[in-house]
Amino acid sequence: METTTNGQAKTSLPTLTKKDFESGVDPRWCPGCGDFSIINQVQKLMPNVGVPREKIVFISGIGCSSRFPYYMNNYGMHTLHGRAPSFASGLKVSRPDLMVWVITGDGDALAIGGNHFIHAMRRNMDLKLVMFNNRIYGLTKGQVSPTSELGKKTKSTPYGSPDYPFNPPALALGAGATFVARAVDVEGAHMGQMLKSAAEHKGSAYVEVYQNCPVFNDGAYTYMTDKAVRADSILRMEQGKPLLFGKDNKKGIRLNPQTVHLEVVTLGENGITEKDILVHDATHADPTIAFMLANITGKPGFPTPIGVFRSVRMPTCDELTWEQIEDVKAKKGPGSLEKLLASGETWTVK
Amino acid sequence: MSTPATPTRKIQKVDSVTIRFVGDSGDGMQLTGTEFTKASALAGNDLATFPDYPAEIRAPAGSLFGVSGYQLNFSSKDIHTPGDQPDVLVAMNPAAFKTNVADLKVGGMLIVNTGAFTGPNLEKAGYKSNPLEDEALRQNYRLFAVDISQLTETALEGSGLSSKEIARCKNYFALGLMFWLYNRDAEHEIGNINKKFAKKPEIAAANVTVFKAGYAYGETSEVFLSSYEVPAAKLAPGVYRNVTGNFATALGFAAVARQTGRQVFLGSYPITPATEILHELSALKDHGVVTYQAEDEIAGIGSAIGAAFGGALACTSTSGPGLALKAEMIGLACITELPLVIVNVQRGGPSTGMPTKTEQADLLFALFGRHGECPVPVIAAQSPADCFYAAMEAMKVAVKWMTPVILLTDGYLANGSEPFRIPDPASLPQVKVSYQTQANGEKGEFLPYKRDAKLVRPWAVPGAAGLEHRVGGLEKDSLTGMVSYDGSNHEKMVRTRAQKVANVVEDVPDLTVSGPAKGKVLLLSWGGTYGSVRTTAELLQAEGKSVAHAHLRWLNPLPKNLGAVLRSYERVVVPEVNSGQLAFYLRASFPGVDPVQFNRINGKPIKTFELAAAVRELL
Ligand code: SF4
Repeated sequence: METTTNGQAKTSLPTLTKKDFESGVDPRWCPGCGDFSIINQVQKLMPNVGVPREKIVFISGIGCSSRFPYYMNNYGMHTLHGRAPSFASGLKVSRPDLMVWVITGDGDALAIGGNHFIHAMRRNMDLKLVMFNNRIYGLTKGQVSPTSELGKKTKSTPYGSPDYPFNPPALALGAGATFVARAVDVEGAHMGQMLKSAAEHKGSAYVEVYQNCPVFNDGAYTYMTDKAVRADSILRMEQGKPLLFGKDNKKGIRLNPQTVHLEVVTLGENGITEKDILVHDATHADPTIAFMLANITGKPGFPTPIGVFRSVRMPTCDELTWEQIEDVKAKKGPGSLEKLLASGETWTVK
Repeated sequence: MSTPATPTRKIQKVDSVTIRFVGDSGDGMQLTGTEFTKASALAGNDLATFPDYPAEIRAPAGSLFGVSGYQLNFSSKDIHTPGDQPDVLVAMNPAAFKTNVADLKVGGMLIVNTGAFTGPNLEKAGYKSNPLEDEALRQNYRLFAVDISQLTETALEGSGLSSKEIARCKNYFALGLMFWLYNRDAEHEIGNINKKFAKKPEIAAANVTVFKAGYAYGETSEVFLSSYEVPAAKLAPGVYRNVTGNFATALGFAAVARQTGRQVFLGSYPITPATEILHELSALKDHGVVTYQAEDEIAGIGSAIGAAFGGALACTSTSGPGLALKAEMIGLACITELPLVIVNVQRGGPSTGMPTKTEQADLLFALFGRHGECPVPVIAAQSPADCFYAAMEAMKVAVKWMTPVILLTDGYLANGSEPFRIPDPASLPQVKVSYQTQANGEKGEFLPYKRDAKLVRPWAVPGAAGLEHRVGGLEKDSLTGMVSYDGSNHEKMVRTRAQKVANVVEDVPDLTVSGPAKGKVLLLSWGGTYGSVRTTAELLQAEGKSVAHAHLRWLNPLPKNLGAVLRSYERVVVPEVNSGQLAFYLRASFPGVDPVQFNRINGKPIKTFELAAAVRELL
């Protein structure tokens, strides 16, 4: 078995197109579902990730999003509710030559699969985990999920949800993910960029995609995606650029030196200039600022950040595992079945 | 000390001896036991051991629940168990004495460290007065009251060690004494001590001094009238090593990796008493093994299934509570038809139950404990050394038949040990791995669920171009593997998966019987009861009774001739460490067969004298 990592393949690959990554099974999502836009971007990206098609594996759990592998013409596994990261982790450790994607949803990854999710992130396992966040359980027909808003009325919470939701990128960062990004289903090109960056990242990559479920939670993101409000409510984080937003890019995010908190400021007001604005650096080893940015999500008066929160290269679990194996092999020298069986304290009976 | 044993007193020859060392968990009884075991192995005895330790890691010193024990049966004959009742009990404190003395054979040798029978220790053990002063005790047993604590201190006077360090050496006094008593090679043990404590020469020296003092005490004090010798057993010639069941299981999997040149992958989560399998395999990384300690039991098996999808020879190890958590995953491995071995080291249940004690109560769970129609082959190891072969066989079947296989062992096999004759690699079960490399459909497409004549589907792994396919938990079309909600297809798939597992019977050897082929009583054992039941059968056969013994290794599928064998005897006795699970299964599988049950659920292996008494009543 190969033990190489999934870095860019050295041999030249046959030129494939998006079509080559369609399995021929028509997706069975509801009309207008945000999932279509996500699969479209993923299939577009596949010919360009530098890994042969047969070495790319898609693994999913259970939920609307998790039907995804059936529609991709790669190796794929549709597994158990919440457990996709466990299969993916085992496969990646066993076969570091493969590029492994995990496709999951908010209920799948953060409720029943929360444990596997945080551990995949903290191990810095080289997985690309894309979480479709529609803030609802779709496949079971509309119950609150771990990302549903407080007070949300659903079939399981007719009087409103008493649960506080997760902030998924903050959770991923807290768990130690080395790549964390957010995209929105209606912004295809930007989403494509995020997926591409995740593909290029070596280590645990988490991409949250805000996905509309027109059947059970329609309009969940219109508060930020509607044309009328978009400019003021989305903060586009770009590496090395100041965190500006608003119609004329006059609003910005500043780290208040006194309170050590992020605040929204306006250029030209109260002596604020561009110099006061936080310059985005996702590559900082310390995830504190990334965490602060993740936490402005949903805060009154703040825009919702999209883009890459964090992208840091660290040795991955699969790399470390195989380095160790190679070390031990080098130290112990060539072995054999005979040697293995006869190791330890033995005695001879004549 | 010059040479081992320059006997000044007579040496008595005995066939078999069972010794139990008991003390506080901090007293080093496990070490004492294993060292004595090694010496007995070197002396050529057949042997079997069983440690018995508390669930608490460091229970309060002197407490009743903090007692740790190690039992060893060594013999000049072929033996199958660590022995029922000890002939010799070495007790290091009142708590150990109190919890074990009732097991000692009447007339047995009782060696007690009187130095520990002090006020506070007696009180912790719940004694109002010193039990050693009890007249009845001296009448029932041969009591040897030795102040091991004091003698250890005296031996180490002027050594510069702290009193705590000195106290820790006293197990070597006991060991030295036992070495003299059974004429073991003391020089060899001194070498072992020096090796073991090479990093702490002052401790090594102290332990050697105390060991010698213990030996000399036996030799010079007039307390023991004779010493003993257990002659070498007639074992098959070869190179031996002592193995516990957990080690042997790990060794079996590593042997598969070496034999096939393929990666063996273990995904596991720590759980008593299965954890050593993870430890041992983790140390065998240079042999083609990859281990992954997962975040929980579910991820342990999930990672293994993921690795199996990638072409690894995958396994996971657990105990009862973990098997419960893995049940849904076993369903997935069954429906996707991926090879996998699930090792379940059974322990006392339900729930946390008695984690360090043995039980056989997961049999029906292993056979049936899943939702939906989910048959999987089940094999149970019969002795510590057999765990090696059972692991290899389980993997062989998993890969050959593309199915999850459950391997049952138990706490008794896992921690117990016996000599393992190192096999000739050519004689081992052969695990054959072949991956699909070509399309198998008429139109040049790949059909992942197109089966061969034995109903086995092909194993295509990522990296094989053109064979890209999807597997999953949804019911699948019988050829393409694509999702299918068609009722008749589902029925076909359920029946096909069941038939495939039933076909595994071709790899299940017929049941062999030792003893009369027809007659009054057949003793039928499975799993870890093999040793006790075998010993019982031999005992009764020696008495001239019409008793036969057969042992079930494969529980699913059952051997083809099982029904016929069962019907050849007037009574079938099924001894189990549960409330009758195999008996229940046999009644359901063979109408008209109604076994006599013999059940013990006390966390301990079945005692041969109890079973023998029960069988005698039937004859
Ligand atoms: S229920 Fe919602 S999330 Fe699921 S497919 Fe339909 S629209 Fe998409």
